[in-house]
Amino acid sequence: MDAQQVIKEQVTGNPVVLYMKGTPQFPQCGFSATAVQILKACGVNQFYSVNVLENPEIRQGIKDYANWPTIPQLYIKGEFVGGCDIMREMFQAGELQQMLEGVAQA
Amino acid sequence: MSDTLAEMQRRLAVLAPLRLHIDDESAAHRGHAGAAGGGGHYRLTLVSAAFAGKNTVARHRLVYDALGDMMQGPIHALAINALTPDQDSV
Repeated sequence: MDAQQVIKEQVTGNPVVLYMKGTPQFPQCGFSATAVQILKACGVNQFYSVNVLENPEIRQGIKDYANWPTIPQLYIKGEFVGGCDIMREMFQAGELQQMLEGVAQA
Repeated sequence: MSDTLAEMQRRLAVLAPLRLHIDDESAAHRGHAGAAGGGGHYRLTLVSAAFAGKNTVARHRLVYDALGDMMQGPIHALAINALTPDQDSV
């Protein structure tokens, strides 16, 4: 299975997926750490996370998948939502909480 | 001004920015694992009529498209504040 197929299965098989550097417990990049904090602030404590530092094929593949050049990347119900800036913006507007409501079981 | 900043400004000119400000925050991130590739951390504010009627994802894509392959090398991380002229005047 190539990286694009793996990614498609990950984002469609899990309600909330975060591609990040490091893990939610030990983020290895400030932007990834912020993304985790925003999800937690939305009441989402359980989500599927992928540490791209451990998988170079996914690291490149996820940039191609969404045509988005940076990490972290958040997917909700298979849809690309955005990176750290967009998550913060949507959180401040209350939009992210709405999107996550009923999707993620905390 | 660094070559990277000058090149970013040159490429972003395609968006006809009414205002463009780029901060180089690389110094604050030196040494962390993700920055090992050597790319810099930047924060930019860009005001353009091209953003009108577009959501944030679409606006960021315009910026990424303009920067092109710089995202694969000299730019490791980029925080983007993309505003329309109306939003900028508020």
